[in-house]
Amino acid sequence: MGVAVACSAPADETVVRFWAMGREGEVVTEVVRDFERSHPGIRVEVQQLPWTAAHEKLLTAFAGASTPDVCQLGNTWIPEFAALDALEPLDARVAASATIRPGDYFPGIWDTNVVGGVLQGVPWYVDTRLLFYRRDLVARAGFDAPPRSWADWQRTMVAVKEAAGPDRYAILLPLNEPEPLVALALQQPAPLLRDDGQWGNFRSEGFSRALQFYVDIFRQGLAPPLTNADISNVWNEFGRGYFAFYVSGPWNIGEFKRRLPADRQQSWMTAPLPGPDGPGASIAGGSSLVVFRASRHKAAAWALVEYLSQPAVQQRFHALTGDLPPRRSAWAEGSLADDVYARAFRDQLERVKPAPKVPEWERIATEIRTVTERVVHGDLTVDEAAAELDARADRVLEKRRWMLARERAR
Amino acid sequence: MRRRGAAWWFVAPALVVIGVFFVLPVFAALAMSLTDFDIYALADLANLRFVGVRNYVRLLSTPLFWQAFGNTLYFVAVGVPVSIAASLCAALLLHSKLARFKGFFRTALFAPVVTTLVAVAVIWRYLFNTRYGMLNYALGHLGIAPIDWLGDPHWAMPAIILFAVWKNFGYNMVILLAGLQSIPDEYYEAAHIDGASYAQRFVHVTLPMLSPLLILVSVLTVAGYFQLFAEPYVMTQGGPLQSTVSVLYFMYEEGFKWWNLGSASAVAFLLFAFVYALTALPLRRARRAHPA
Repeated sequence: MGVAVACSAPADETVVRFWAMGREGEVVTEVVRDFERSHPGIRVEVQQLPWTAAHEKLLTAFAGASTPDVCQLGNTWIPEFAALDALEPLDARVAASATIRPGDYFPGIWDTNVVGGVLQGVPWYVDTRLLFYRRDLVARAGFDAPPRSWADWQRTMVAVKEAAGPDRYAILLPLNEPEPLVALALQQPAPLLRDDGQWGNFRSEGFSRALQFYVDIFRQGLAPPLTNADISNVWNEFGRGYFAFYVSGPWNIGEFKRRLPADRQQSWMTAPLPGPDGPGASIAGGSSLVVFRASRHKAAAWALVEYLSQPAVQQRFHALTGDLPPRRSAWAEGSLADDVYARAFRDQLERVKPAPKVPEWERIATEIRTVTERVVHGDLTVDEAAAELDARADRVLEKRRWMLARERAR
Repeated sequence: MRRRGAAWWFVAPALVVIGVFFVLPVFAALAMSLTDFDIYALADLANLRFVGVRNYVRLLSTPLFWQAFGNTLYFVAVGVPVSIAASLCAALLLHSKLARFKGFFRTALFAPVVTTLVAVAVIWRYLFNTRYGMLNYALGHLGIAPIDWLGDPHWAMPAIILFAVWKNFGYNMVILLAGLQSIPDEYYEAAHIDGASYAQRFVHVTLPMLSPLLILVSVLTVAGYFQLFAEPYVMTQGGPLQSTVSVLYFMYEEGFKWWNLGSASAVAFLLFAFVYALTALPLRRARRAHPA
């Protein structure tokens, strides 16, 4: 009896269940305590999920009608949960909100949360891919600035490789990561899927150009045909000069600061991703905060989302995690404004584009990875790969076409 | 009649448990394999389509399924003989009258079986590393150029086999060692008096006496090795070029990564049918040779 009383919340207290993943889940409790202090009557129960199990756990929770009130959701998962109709539409709440102003958010990131014209979540932190490079190695090859266009990049890589010798490379593009290629493809005008995401569009001129550029890097010996499993420690290898360029995300700012020796700290920098002609787009990634439709405490849940979206709270969150905030005003002052490594991200975030917003996208991205791997190993030509990708994407999207056709018939 | 009724009451709890936790899920999975259950169906059962045997037909025309099947066969065809040979050799060494520190070696050789796969996989990834790995370092002394163990599609499966054999041979070794210890010494003495050499004694005494156990061990190992999953999952994620995707790994991706549970159930039934056919055959032959 005593236990039961101790565990149950007082009648006037609302309990918001909040699921967060990985590192964010570990540190968000600290931020949440302040929220509870400023919002008496609301208690937040944070549950931390490992990233590897999060997707399965969320789908299981949905099937068992035990979804949380608020959840951190990877941007690429939003279309899937929107298809499940599991998320609360947030347009009206944002319109009435004093803290969340859509215009303050980087547009590409905001866009990832809009599925079928409905706002499904609010961006929490952003993630994109750009260039990490070794200034000293690029300078030794005769260049004093990072490349801005594909042609620049190509020239720089050839020169870096020449200066590096046979056992070292100009760039590392791990073959198990489709993101760099997807980023290059998003720089093209042609969409990756066509007709409302019903068919693959990989035989378009744009995708072929991106794939050709990517594959040529390997064919010219500028990148080693390796996966992450073959590189036991990417930070060490970067420090040793095994490669001079690396396309990666914001989490590596912290990792490189921590893991590279002190005398190497001056020799690396970040730069926006080069595009076909001048700085190009990159992928809009990261995580959003969503409210589940089945939640019984939506007002309290939304109060938590609003609190976590305040620029000052986002700055604090950045200090705790290194995650980059999605609001321009959070970048204007504080530690982020002075961080030289983050500067390129600030610039890049103005030019990010969402990957196609269909639930099947992650599977298609995996097909891109496996087919590209075969092109790099010389089993397929670029044109064959494009045709193969269209065939695979069309097969994956069959159910979606059936669903859309049925909706139209109604 | 009444006694039979009572008997049914006694077995009823066990039958209910088996029915609810074994028979029912199997039939549910069979039913699911005839549908296209996916996340759309999870959202609303109205999105579920009955597709008959189309999952099976589509799988049989999917190149990756056949590749996974071929990879698994490769793993079983090479891995099972190597694994049993390693177990038998280790068991013979441990059984030898010349061996010292038997307890220590028995424990040491059995240790990989009880270690955590994920933890030792990290160590093996270092051993296999192309540039810093101990394996290539040792091969270098023999004048063999470094092998890209986990990055080269031709070498990834041998690397996985090596790892799996190391991880598993200790288990069969213990079973075979028990078998060796139960062979009466009289047979060896008789063979010795007849002038049989060591090799002859092995072929004509040890192997025949051990054959029921060897068949059992082979069937268990074949069934176990067909379920290859964890090794490629932690070592290569199915790569490079999907050369280490096994049938079970393929099923895992279909079911739990892409949530195509209908198609994943079909994979499970195909694998079940195949393993059943393959293991029932030697068992039946063994039963004919040694009628109980």
